[in-house]
Amino acid sequence: MTTRLLEIENLTVRLAAGQAARPIIDGVSLHVEHGEAVGLVGESGSGKSVTCRSVLGLFPEGAEAAGGLRVDGADILTMSPTRLRDLRRRDASMIFQDPRASINPLRRIGDFVTEGLRASGVSRKGALDRAEELLESVGIRAPRAALRRYPHEFSGGMLQRVMIAGALAGGPRLLLADEPTTALDVTTQAEVVSILTRLQAERDMGMLFVTHDLELAAAICDRVYVMYAGRIVEAQSAEGLFSRPRHPYTSGLLAATPRLESDRPPHGVPGRPVSLSEAPSGCAFAARCAHARPGCTEHEPGLREIDGAQVACLRAEELIHD
Amino acid sequence: MTEYALEVENLRKTFGDHVAVDDVSLTLRPGGSLAIVGESGSGKTTTARMLVGLERPDSGRIRVAGRDRSGAARGRATRLARAREIQMVFQDPYLSLDPRVTVAACVEEPLRLHFAMTSAERRARRDELLARVGLGEREADALPRRLSGGQRQRVAIARALATEPKVLILDEATAALDVSIQAQILDLLAEIRRDTGVAYVFVTHNLALVRHVADDVLVLYRGRVAESGPARDVLAAPEHPYTRLLLHSLPHRGWDPARIAADRRALATATRERPPAPTSEKRSVTS
Repeated sequence: MTTRLLEIENLTVRLAAGQAARPIIDGVSLHVEHGEAVGLVGESGSGKSVTCRSVLGLFPEGAEAAGGLRVDGADILTMSPTRLRDLRRRDASMIFQDPRASINPLRRIGDFVTEGLRASGVSRKGALDRAEELLESVGIRAPRAALRRYPHEFSGGMLQRVMIAGALAGGPRLLLADEPTTALDVTTQAEVVSILTRLQAERDMGMLFVTHDLELAAAICDRVYVMYAGRIVEAQSAEGLFSRPRHPYTSGLLAATPRLESDRPPHGVPGRPVSLSEAPSGCAFAARCAHARPGCTEHEPGLREIDGAQVACLRAEELIHD
Repeated sequence: MTEYALEVENLRKTFGDHVAVDDVSLTLRPGGSLAIVGESGSGKTTTARMLVGLERPDSGRIRVAGRDRSGAARGRATRLARAREIQMVFQDPYLSLDPRVTVAACVEEPLRLHFAMTSAERRARRDELLARVGLGEREADALPRRLSGGQRQRVAIARALATEPKVLILDEATAALDVSIQAQILDLLAEIRRDTGVAYVFVTHNLALVRHVADDVLVLYRGRVAESGPARDVLAAPEHPYTRLLLHSLPHRGWDPARIAADRRALATATRERPPAPTSEKRSVTS
């Protein structure tokens, strides 16, 4: 049996005592196969970014993590700092939301793209040649000259391409994309996504794509996980999510999204998204849910398999949200 | 003849050599809703800022409820009168509210500035405004940091409504909110427009939103009007390649981002050779 590229099993992350006694993500399980694009969707406080960052061993300060977290079979939680650094350099890399906040403005683009290569022992000449190829593959014109330029000389969309080039430098098998296009204009978003998905397919990388935009996740990904208040509430194929959303939160999100092809005005979900630390006992969504029954606030619903979808809702069998 | 709530003719603004807004005209009837759509650099924010008086146009005319406000305001009374007529809600509720001022004081400030009211009248009006946007006593006493993004945006709306403006400019006012909250705010805005007859200018990059919030739409591309008309018609049968590109760029199933990227480059090349011109006169906004 081949090992999965990314396997998260029952991951729980607790903040350092004193900040909040309760966990910020609870019992999260998800996986990404080699070459597969997987979406992780949620609103503010859902824990989607914490989950994504945990894959590289990046936890909030003083946080405690428990559960299984493996990249290609190697356990992240017990990994030595040296091995973890190697993993971030070579096996798995992250594309962050705001390139302007994540790329050192005082250093040249070339330094940024070659940093990992140089650290793993590639010669300066070799690293620069490789960086030039990478910049070219993400559509930066005159890549040789671009290596000598500074971040402020690039637009947001161009700088995000530079970040993608940097993320690809070590030849990773796993890409973690944390809202990589949220800060971009819609047409720029399309361009960056086309570059990202092309390279992902060409290089047969697995990708965990974190976003608040269900439509975007469904357009890019094969499977989508939906998170709410630190837990996964639904997982299914992108297709199924739209045609047969199973969790009331998923259908609420779909109904709230303004749509071009529909006359139905977007319909808000009452209340506001909560984080796990604010969530009441039982189902965290119950307070906002039109289908909640008294039982919903008593037991925390676990994920159950229903018709190929995984749903954490006590009433999942009765409710189908077409 | 109907009097427009807002009437703009041939607006132009340059920053140094850069032409930010060029020859933009629009009209908005009382109680109407117009969306100004475009991406960064399209001139939509500069246009909005000129409408409320945060920037002075190089040339062109802006009339609100028939009164010209193109020139500089002379004196405090004129400035206040202008401010009463048109108000703005900004994109980021985390930046636009003073962190040291309670919600109640925030909403009372424009009341104090614009109306001669006793403090009892002012408090009553404040509570009415807060109730209008769905906030109660508990929120009134709070500082902004105690509120969620959606609640803060409700405060910003209440404050903007305090002067009973004819026109409310909503500059990406829901873009920073979670989608489930965005829909709540859109509901609230629709309700307020129905009840008070205020007219809206929605400045946005999201065409999917336009369909649900605006009667008319104006698409800006590189500072010029690429296309304008009733939102329904423009979205159903866009005539300008840029409008089509914006529409195709919205993620959906079966989305082909590679094609959009190619179209975008083709449009940029075509525009470099031949600057954009309005595609059709027949659709210019006339409502």
